[in-house]
Amino acid sequence: MSDPIISVRDLRKTYHVGDVDVHALRGVNLDVRRGEFLSIVGHSGSGKSTLFNIIGGLTPPSAGHIVIDGKDLRTMSESDRTNLRKQSIGFVFQKYNLLPTLTARDNIALARSMAGKSLTLEPTFEPVLELLGIAHRLHHKPRALSGGEQQRVAIARAVVNHPAILLADEPTGNLDTENSEKVLALMRDLNQRLGQTIIMITHNPEAAAYGHRTERMKDGMIVV
Amino acid sequence: MVTKLVLENLKHRPIRTFLTVLAIGLQVTLVLTIVGLSRGLVEASQTRTRGVGADILVRPPGAAVIGMSGAPMPEKIVDVIEKQPNVAIAQGVVIHGIGGLESITGVDIDKFERMSGGLDFRKGGTFQAPDDILIDTNYAEQQKLDVGSAIELANHKWTVRGIVGPGKLSKIFARKAVLQDLTSNNGKITMVYVKVKDAKNVAGTIADLKKLLEGYQIYSMDEFLSLTTPDKIMGLSTFIATVVGLAVVFGFLVVFLAMYTAVLERTREIGILKALGASPGYVIGMLMRETVLLAVIGSVIGIALSFVAKWAITSFVPSSLPVVSVPDWWWRTALISLAGAMLGAVYPGTMAARQDTIEALAYE
Repeated sequence: MSDPIISVRDLRKTYHVGDVDVHALRGVNLDVRRGEFLSIVGHSGSGKSTLFNIIGGLTPPSAGHIVIDGKDLRTMSESDRTNLRKQSIGFVFQKYNLLPTLTARDNIALARSMAGKSLTLEPTFEPVLELLGIAHRLHHKPRALSGGEQQRVAIARAVVNHPAILLADEPTGNLDTENSEKVLALMRDLNQRLGQTIIMITHNPEAAAYGHRTERMKDGMIVV
Repeated sequence: MVTKLVLENLKHRPIRTFLTVLAIGLQVTLVLTIVGLSRGLVEASQTRTRGVGADILVRPPGAAVIGMSGAPMPEKIVDVIEKQPNVAIAQGVVIHGIGGLESITGVDIDKFERMSGGLDFRKGGTFQAPDDILIDTNYAEQQKLDVGSAIELANHKWTVRGIVGPGKLSKIFARKAVLQDLTSNNGKITMVYVKVKDAKNVAGTIADLKKLLEGYQIYSMDEFLSLTTPDKIMGLSTFIATVVGLAVVFGFLVVFLAMYTAVLERTREIGILKALGASPGYVIGMLMRETVLLAVIGSVIGIALSFVAKWAITSFVPSSLPVVSVPDWWWRTALISLAGAMLGAVYPGTMAARQDTIEALAYE
């Protein structure tokens, strides 16, 4: 844990809803070091999902500075942000977001295909699949998997390209306690064993406790 | 992976895929059947004209190339033509339309048999009584007639005396004098077929006849047949172009609706792809590949269905609607359906490519 992989300074995001300006982020400052597992907590509307979307390159900021893995997001075009998502970011969503038409293996392979890699999973990825406990479930489509299994496939998809950052938005939001603990433990294992940088958005303090540190958001800002 | 995504998408929504492919297929079948019918009608007409065995055709001034009936020419013209030194036989015929594309042709049967080499009797024989008619096998099959059957045509009761093979002058033959009398065209005919003594003298004979019969349309049979190809018949090309245009619009609407619905259904999936790093081009490309696949499968099914349509038409109305297969139109129709489908996919594809990733991921 040394150099910052994410550096955010005075980050602002304003949405225009009709004639009303909604200030979702009001000057966020944040550093995330390589290999860190950071939890961001906050109530609904606190701006944590907006921060997630900006760090993930899904939407541009309105103002401020944000550098991810050495790349300045402010100067990035839509195409550059698409490339950033392919190469440097892995996403885990609350609703798993697996493609229902593909098997678990193909969902994982899809991320490799997007990054311009072969569809065949690398042998070195096998231990990760074993760690996630889905190696024997790869030929099933999402509808045949439990919620916990689907989320573990989503994690596998998120890390298959060895992204610089794993972004998880409420990864346990749709899971029961047992599966939530499994998924969180797996994320901690990925962080500890593989040095995977993780930013996890959650409103659950118990889930947040799996991270190295927790930042709290309120009214579009990080508060102490 | 894109191909796999496309195939899995199509498999995942089998009803939508089936209906889209079927609609494209029916559009292809429609075009192929219309073109096949147009060509079949013209070819059947050409075959019957060729089957007369004549070398020259004399038609009244201002007559249309096809579909002619009535009797505007004086019958005595036949004698005038027959007295020409190079003419072997001149045969005046009367054509009387009986609705739709059907007509009765009045002939001098002896002269016609000499000119054409004889009718190919499959059942029965030649005229015996004034109200006898001869029909070809297609007409007999379509109307379920046999030798001895009674039939009313042109407000007159006829008896089928013979059934002949198709391809010589007409589908329904009557005695010329009877038909002239029945249609109040005594002493008048529709056109004259001329057979020359020596085929080398066709051009010279035509030149002589043109001097003799000023204003009349006089053609060698080859020249006349060349005027009755589908592309030269006035209105037929326009008709086919209209059908093709409608097919493109139909294909456009079908695929537009199918892809528009697919994009709406797959909003979240498109959001997932974009979150994983799919560019707008990737999303459009995926939808376009899906469209091309639907159009190709639809075209193949449409071509197969055109054979079913041909079988049905030739089974139920072999005489009225002689339809032929048109393999040279397969690729054209496939391209037409592909063009319509691609046009139909442009807007939904663009809509999908422009979808906001965050909103798409939040779509329920």
